[in-house]
Amino acid sequence: MTTTQLPSPRRRSTASAPVRPPLNPHRRRPRYLREQISGWGMIAPAALLLLAFVFLPAILGFGLAFTNARLISPRPVEFVGVDNFARLFTDPTFWRALLNVSYFAVVVVPVQSALALAMALLINKKFRGVNFFRTVYFLPVVTSMVVVSLLWMFMYRKDGLINELLSNASFGLIHGPDWLNDPATAMPAIIALSIWQAAGFHMIIWLAGLQSISGELYEAAQLDGASRWHQFRYVTWPGLKHTRTLILVTITIQALGLFDQVSVMTQGGPLDSTTTIIYEAVRSGFKQQETSYASAISLVFFVLVLLISAVQRYLTREKD
Amino acid sequence: MNKRFTRILATSVAAAALLGTMGACSKGSSSASSESSKEITMWTHNAGNPAELKAIQDIVDSYNKSSSAKAQIKVQAFPQESYNDSVVSAAASGNLPCIVDIDGPNVPNWAWAKYLTPLNLSTDLSKNLPSTVAKWEDQTYAVGYYDVALAMMARASDLKAAGVRVATIEQPWTKDEFQDALTKLKALGKWDYPLDMGTAGTGEWLPYGYSPFLQSFGGDLINRDGFQSADGALNGDKAIEWAKWFHGLADQGFMATKSGKDSTQDFLNNKSAVLYTGSWAADKAKAAFGDDLVVMPTVDLGTGPKIGGASWQWGVTSGCKNADAAMDYLSFSLKPENLAAVATATGTIPATDDAAALIPAYAKGGANRVFMDFSRNYAVMRPETPAYPFIATEYGKAVQDILAGADPKTALDKAVKAIDANIKSNGGYKS
Amino acid sequence: MKNALQLNSLGTMAIRILFAAVAAFPILFMLISSLKPDQQIFGDMSSVAAFLPIGNISFDNYAAVFDRVPAARFLVNSIGISAVTVVLGIFINSLCAFALSRMQVRGKRVVFTAILATLIVPFQTLALPLVWWVNQLPYFELNGFSLEISKGWLDTYQVQIIPFIANAFSIYLYHQYFESIPKELDEAARIDGAGWFKIYRQVVMPLAGPATATVAILTFLPAWNSYLWPLMVVQSEELRPVMIGIQYFFQLNVSWGEVMAYASLITVPVVVLFIAFQRSFINSIASSGVKG
Repeated sequence: MTTTQLPSPRRRSTASAPVRPPLNPHRRRPRYLREQISGWGMIAPAALLLLAFVFLPAILGFGLAFTNARLISPRPVEFVGVDNFARLFTDPTFWRALLNVSYFAVVVVPVQSALALAMALLINKKFRGVNFFRTVYFLPVVTSMVVVSLLWMFMYRKDGLINELLSNASFGLIHGPDWLNDPATAMPAIIALSIWQAAGFHMIIWLAGLQSISGELYEAAQLDGASRWHQFRYVTWPGLKHTRTLILVTITIQALGLFDQVSVMTQGGPLDSTTTIIYEAVRSGFKQQETSYASAISLVFFVLVLLISAVQRYLTREKD
Repeated sequence: MNKRFTRILATSVAAAALLGTMGACSKGSSSASSESSKEITMWTHNAGNPAELKAIQDIVDSYNKSSSAKAQIKVQAFPQESYNDSVVSAAASGNLPCIVDIDGPNVPNWAWAKYLTPLNLSTDLSKNLPSTVAKWEDQTYAVGYYDVALAMMARASDLKAAGVRVATIEQPWTKDEFQDALTKLKALGKWDYPLDMGTAGTGEWLPYGYSPFLQSFGGDLINRDGFQSADGALNGDKAIEWAKWFHGLADQGFMATKSGKDSTQDFLNNKSAVLYTGSWAADKAKAAFGDDLVVMPTVDLGTGPKIGGASWQWGVTSGCKNADAAMDYLSFSLKPENLAAVATATGTIPATDDAAALIPAYAKGGANRVFMDFSRNYAVMRPETPAYPFIATEYGKAVQDILAGADPKTALDKAVKAIDANIKSNGGYKS
Repeated sequence: MKNALQLNSLGTMAIRILFAAVAAFPILFMLISSLKPDQQIFGDMSSVAAFLPIGNISFDNYAAVFDRVPAARFLVNSIGISAVTVVLGIFINSLCAFALSRMQVRGKRVVFTAILATLIVPFQTLALPLVWWVNQLPYFELNGFSLEISKGWLDTYQVQIIPFIANAFSIYLYHQYFESIPKELDEAARIDGAGWFKIYRQVVMPLAGPATATVAILTFLPAWNSYLWPLMVVQSEELRPVMIGIQYFFQLNVSWGEVMAYASLITVPVVVLFIAFQRSFINSIASSGVKG
């Protein structure tokens, strides 16, 4: 298995060879060339697949945002300029969705990443039954959403388990609301469920990060008599530098893309209090057959998340 | 690592080979694009319902075996819940089979999009339940074997205890009687909410279940004269009255603004006194309560009780290479004994009287005959316009908002505005 | 001092158990409910009885599942589809991340940024154009000795696999992990005359066990849970994956007990796989010598 037989990257790298970075002046030209060719050969399979199955359809979809295309229609597709965007920006539901998603992300991103880290720390070291705990912590992630939502919908009912627990714990003082059916509590209820369901996912990523920290560092810290907190502060936390960025970026993107729970449990209600941008896009695109309008929503979403991610990357880079 | 790597690659190759042999190195055999003129494919919505699927398969088998068969029919079943999404994506990519199963109210939308071709059957459809024949612009595009009907179910013993009259076709509950009945039932203190209207339902249930109440008040989803605007119909005085009444039921504590996930199960567990649901729940309820179960017509809110008409129906696609055979099969399949077999398997109302006579429960005097009467007397078709799928989503959202306490006028005005804009942007959905 | 330590570890254990209880109860509910008849599931729902195997307990739901759904076929399909996606995904994505992280490839920053941008596109918004697009792709079929070319990938296994092999998240995860492996190792190997692919295979990948396990688990999950996509592109029953099977139970009358039984059945393989990949975590802890 050699990677030198791929023709197309070779041409590219030859063309760019004259402007090679002055960084490696000691390297001989053939070696540099080989690095380019091997490198592009290694990048190519994944890059081409992403190009074919993400970029292309995405560009296709975004293009539709400027037309009046519909899912089912005998009418010819026409270019309509920014009509869809004009409609979108004057739609109060869209702004509500934006607000909901921001609310969701602002709570979920810090809480879920912290909880996931706590879980990962709890089961990072070897102890009796570690496999059992890891598996159990991961269970919510693997359970079918249909089952999960069914159960939680029951627990969130006015006469459900959660209110019963609240009532018992407060000696009958607190009578909980009909969680999913009250505009004030529906989003918090969805937030709780989402964190519960997805924390295991990010726990796994934290765990991989924790595993990359050399055990010798801990041994050294212990020899110096560092407390647990100090070990965490000066060994673990710096060691998770790369994982932190990864977690931050992925939880944010995941949070902004909130869809499944809403679709199953509240359909955006009550009174738009849980609707999200992606939910609106799917509702328009699939149920209402307004493909072009859905594409416009998607495009706006994409630009928005891109901006937020850029800001995040900029901020985290400064800290590093 | 070397070894591990080799192992991973070997596993991968093995798995790929396994899939290859399973797929027999070919595309799925029921792919619409692989159909020839001698074999035509038919998509149905009843995967996961062995009884119903078998009834359909039996009809297909007997057609395939008959000497006059013009083609061999091949059945491909999809699960109902997601059937529409599957079919729409197949349609959008130009991959529809010859014969498709469609939910009745969507037929005009499909006909308008030129996915369906008008039916040309040798069977006389004039005696069918009107709600089993889907027409658009004077052409018949689909025909169903059965319909379902909405009703109110309760236990006779509960009604008696509360001193409430059992409603009948001759004398359905009026709006005031209904209010009175719920007040008395609630006073018994046996249930948190005496009425269960399935308010946790989503999707097509919302227009199917609740637009009949709107129509009974005298409102409608759209002005049916030309189907160009919902203004006045969906946001007029009658519609506002309906919205206030509907929200009032929740407000007075008669029903939950969001019921349980499965209203039938809650009724069987005695968590509600009156259940508003479809004929499909009758057999379960009958099994649980026996003679104590009463099946009553829905409420007369002004213009008589109304229920939604039209269930699943069959149509022939315009891309079908052998439409002649498809029509021939559909005509064959509409024999009374076939309709009776399917209706029995699904627990639904057979489309014709001839078929009903073959099923004891639906024959004159049978236990389920009442549903057939409901269907004949009360059924209102959901608006036969290509705009229907859009109207359905907007109305569904308005219902949910009204239940959650939105101002009726504002919620309905919003729906009207969206519907009118949609119709306009589609050039009035003219063919 | 010793007592304090013991108390400390006792406290940690208590927290562990608390977390475990919160995480486990839905699975418990699912397993327990799969043994009950429908009416009882709903009857028990608003009390603790929902989590206890009491009342009318039987395996009837499991027997009924196999009458309703070709469950075995769906399981084999999903295992095959997920396994191929995972294995090819590990290979292709780690290779890409390796070049992006450890090699001086010109233009890699642009490529990496572009790859990360794909993280942002939610699949739901991509689905419709993608259906149209895969239906335009050529399909090669070996028929006897002749190669036939037809149009459209709809209704195949490959349409459920190939679009999901390359994954920005996996590349990102590998990239971040590779960054934490000292680059001097590469230099040393190169002095020994190793080529890039050899460094990837024999130096970097063996150290990336936790990343590989993570990527494997996190690639397997969406492949196993994929639902919207097969719904749109697979028409033949014999090619359907497990998640479509759940829809088989939602008729006019839903059999909840069977839903629970089927959901339990399809969760088992994922848990088994998770435990299997967990081993590589344990191994790597042992090798790095962290003390508990």
